[in-house]
Amino acid sequence: MKRVYLDYSATTPLSPSVLSEMLPYFTEQFGNANSMHAFGQEGAYAVDGARRKIAELLGVKPTEIYFTSGGTEADNWALKGGAHAYKSKGKHVITSKIEHAAILSSAAQLEAEGYKVTYLPCDEHGIIRPEYLEEAITDDTSIVSIMLANNEIGTVQPIKELCEIAHRHGALFHTDAVQALGSIPVSILDLGVDMMSFSAHKFYGPKGIGVLYVKGGIKPDKLIAGGHQERTRRGGTTNVPAVVGLAKALEEAIEGLEANYNHIKGLRDYFVQEVEKNIPFVVYNGHRDSRLPQNANFAFEFIEGESLLLTLDLSGIACSSGSACSSGSLEPSHVLLATGLPIEKAHGSIRFSFGKDTTKEDVDYVLETLIGAVKRLRAMSPLYAEYIGGNK
Amino acid sequence: MYNERVLKEFSNPQNAGEMKDANAVGTVGNASCGDIMKIFMKISDDGVIEDVSFQTFGCAAAIATSSVTTAMVKGKTIEEALKITNKQVVEELGGLPAQKIHCSVLAEEAIREAINNYLTEYKKNK
Repeated sequence: MKRVYLDYSATTPLSPSVLSEMLPYFTEQFGNANSMHAFGQEGAYAVDGARRKIAELLGVKPTEIYFTSGGTEADNWALKGGAHAYKSKGKHVITSKIEHAAILSSAAQLEAEGYKVTYLPCDEHGIIRPEYLEEAITDDTSIVSIMLANNEIGTVQPIKELCEIAHRHGALFHTDAVQALGSIPVSILDLGVDMMSFSAHKFYGPKGIGVLYVKGGIKPDKLIAGGHQERTRRGGTTNVPAVVGLAKALEEAIEGLEANYNHIKGLRDYFVQEVEKNIPFVVYNGHRDSRLPQNANFAFEFIEGESLLLTLDLSGIACSSGSACSSGSLEPSHVLLATGLPIEKAHGSIRFSFGKDTTKEDVDYVLETLIGAVKRLRAMSPLYAEYIGGNK
Repeated sequence: MYNERVLKEFSNPQNAGEMKDANAVGTVGNASCGDIMKIFMKISDDGVIEDVSFQTFGCAAAIATSSVTTAMVKGKTIEEALKITNKQVVEELGGLPAQKIHCSVLAEEAIREAINNYLTEYKKNK
């Protein structure tokens, strides 16, 4: 059976050249980067090199790069560490309703500790408009955290404007760039953010490694206490092969950005155009332009997302259900509900995310299968029968 | 997440579709919860479910339970059909993930709803 992977926003395959760069650090050069002997120093040298490379690619200083276990840890650290370190300014934190669970769950922990958290709304396209922040921010706000691009609907946020507002009120600004980095051009200096999270496995690097960028002079409280790693800010033996892999993957992502962007966006736009042409009663969730190139998210009316996801899966197609039904929760996507999409349409939403290995042939296969699957499920749906019956 | 039987019933369901000449119809669930099950039956004057079909808006488990539940009640008397429990539906499917058990409850309720509607609406006209 043909297999097509359209879930690149969940994770990407490791680039073979990234893997070969990593391999020696699992076996021959296995030393602990904190050890003083030659074995350890080989590891330390590799980590330093990777850190310098990442800093250079992002236009920041090597001392502003902190390795973490991934995007989730970086988000936890930025939000909780930032709120704790700057609580003397005030115990008010601002984030948005459409953040990743890593931020939302951290914000809930802060609330339980007695912090006040404001969750900014988004408009119908998923944009967190600067005026929403302007209205919510107070002199007590210590930190604002808004994602650079949304993982479900791909909306790219006006981070530069949002960051300026936060700074005007003396608050720190953190952005979760997990979905954005490697997909669209990201300039930390131009955005002006104080902290930024990202994760290697979203740009063809290894899983289990991420970075929190922290602007010099800013000191979020430690999340993970331990040894002297990461200039004593984050304990835990450095994952040398993963760090090396992250640096190499980021280098490839940034070098190949324009070509990959054009390829991926071309296929995505073609897919969206064909879906809207061939399938009636679909809603294209998110913003048409301010959007990640790899993301397409549709609500297929009158059917439920999981049954569509599974039908596609049985035909070898991997995508992701907007409704979190499949992951054990029966709640539909908090992001889609925040955009004002009615709950029954949120239940019928599916995310397709494209990658650099996706081909037009893949997209055509998905289109053909999808058109049939939607037809078949609608034929079984009492909502569709009701709608058609009522409009006869 | 689902066993082979559930996937088979989902991808190739029995008794799917509307029944124009049904004399018993039951709808349960609502779109905001993500499941609606509508059961159609043709019940003979002596109380036998001669034909049955379903339309379901919902996840794979909802469609699979609709499929086996309709197959289970076909040819049964009303009394026999009312005795079918969601547990039997789950057994018939060889098990469902814990968070999908509510789909089997929905199927049991849809059968009851259709039969109750029949008993109140149609029998009183006789």
